Amino acid sequence: MEGGSVSTATTFFGAPQRKVLVTPIIANNPIGVQVLGICSALAVTTRMDKALVMGIGVILVTAFANLAVSLVRNYTPNNIRIIVQLAVIATLVIIVDQVLKAVLYEISLELSVYIGLIITNCIVMGRAEGYAMQNPPWASFLDGIGNGVGYALVLLAVAFTREFTGAGRVFGYVVLPLGTEGGWYVPNGLMLLAPSALFIIAMLVWLLRTLKPELQEQD
Amino acid sequence: MPDVNSTRYTFFFATVVCVVCALAIAVSAVGLHSRQEANALLYKQKNVLLAAGLLKPGDDPPEREILRIFDANIRVRLIDIGTGDLVPEDKQDPKTYDQRKARADPATSREAPPNAAKISRLPNWGAIFYVMKGDTVEQVVLPIDGVGMWGTCYGLLALDRDGNTVRGLTYYEQKETPGLGGEISNPKWQALWQGRKVYDEKWEPQLVIIKGQAGPPDKDPHRVDGLSGATITSNGVSRTVAFWMSNDGYGPFLKKFRAGGVAPGRADAAAGRPLAAHFSGAGGWRAAA
Repeated sequence: MEGGSVSTATTFFGAPQRKVLVTPIIANNPIGVQVLGICSALAVTTRMDKALVMGIGVILVTAFANLAVSLVRNYTPNNIRIIVQLAVIATLVIIVDQVLKAVLYEISLELSVYIGLIITNCIVMGRAEGYAMQNPPWASFLDGIGNGVGYALVLLAVAFTREFTGAGRVFGYVVLPLGTEGGWYVPNGLMLLAPSALFIIAMLVWLLRTLKPELQEQD
Repeated sequence: MPDVNSTRYTFFFATVVCVVCALAIAVSAVGLHSRQEANALLYKQKNVLLAAGLLKPGDDPPEREILRIFDANIRVRLIDIGTGDLVPEDKQDPKTYDQRKARADPATSREAPPNAAKISRLPNWGAIFYVMKGDTVEQVVLPIDGVGMWGTCYGLLALDRDGNTVRGLTYYEQKETPGLGGEISNPKWQALWQGRKVYDEKWEPQLVIIKGQAGPPDKDPHRVDGLSGATITSNGVSRTVAFWMSNDGYGPFLKKFRAGGVAPGRADAAAGRPLAAHFSGAGGWRAAA
């Protein structure tokens, strides 16, 4: 598995653990390199505040799902392991949704549908099955955080591009005053629609593959 | 350590996972419930105050302050939507009335007459908000809803004492495209509604959203600027307002309201019932869906 196994960990946070945490952030980015979790990257990247909350949600869910799945990995019957992973993930997602409703009510109103969709986010399931089932809890937890952060960073980058060019704002604050509101900027409405996210993510993948030629397939 | 892949153990493990997950969800749901209810309630009250202009867009006062302003200025009452009369409070306390539930229940609702706002059912009774200055009614805030592009948009329309002039509009729940139809939640667009007139001389509802820009309210009282790139949402809002202002919606109530009838009566606080503290909760004017 890419990201490196640290089953023989002797230190709590040595070089191997750092590698597990850092690799998925850029070098093995879940969206940019593994091309996972695209669906939500299209949906919640019109505004940076939403992207940030979504990113934090995914970081928490991936980290704790990995931790829980790894803790019981040696006791999990092989033929129901996917269902067990899903049950764990779904539970965590519901808890995140409940906490959000209690703490950030107005953002939860807009995000609620997408928070529910974290359950179907390929990254969470992919890391649980691909990493946590074979690795010890602490490494799995770090892997979850790393992948969550990698996802959140891409989400924020896409959201920044879309919000900035589409609405002239960053985190809801006006940066480019719109022509319709007494300013000069004519926003690009396409940027607020889902297809623009596909273009931005595609360019990001292109950029990553150009910077790291080893990612390109041979043929 | 038993055989992990035996059938018996698999059933055992599956049961344990289910119980643990269910417990975790139950604890979080029950533990956070009161906080969530309080948030939902506060959000509704804040929007009533925004529609009435008692809070300015962007204001974010603490919870206590919102409750204080609400208690001091707003009186919630139920009306019979069909006749426009107030529902006596001994029949139904407005603070425990769950309008969404009532609307879904055939016993307390009816099929809506054919309409362009795509409203399928109407509750028999609806909550409205009187905005008071001392003991005189200044405005009335009316909940409205109708289908936009992606789903039902829920808003509040504040009308002046004349039952005609718009004092404010807010949308507090909608799923329209952010940046396009979602701009119905933009206070700058909402501010364009202030001062427009709902009805013409014959008391027919005329207020619509147009494509492009409308003139100032005194010269162009029945039209509001459209949202560019959001024709379907704009039409949805126009039809929503047209429906709720017609005789199928609040028409009968507004007719009596204009004539000086349907007075809200004594203040709740004066009757020893501070309003905000009891209003809504699990089944209020708009319980969490």
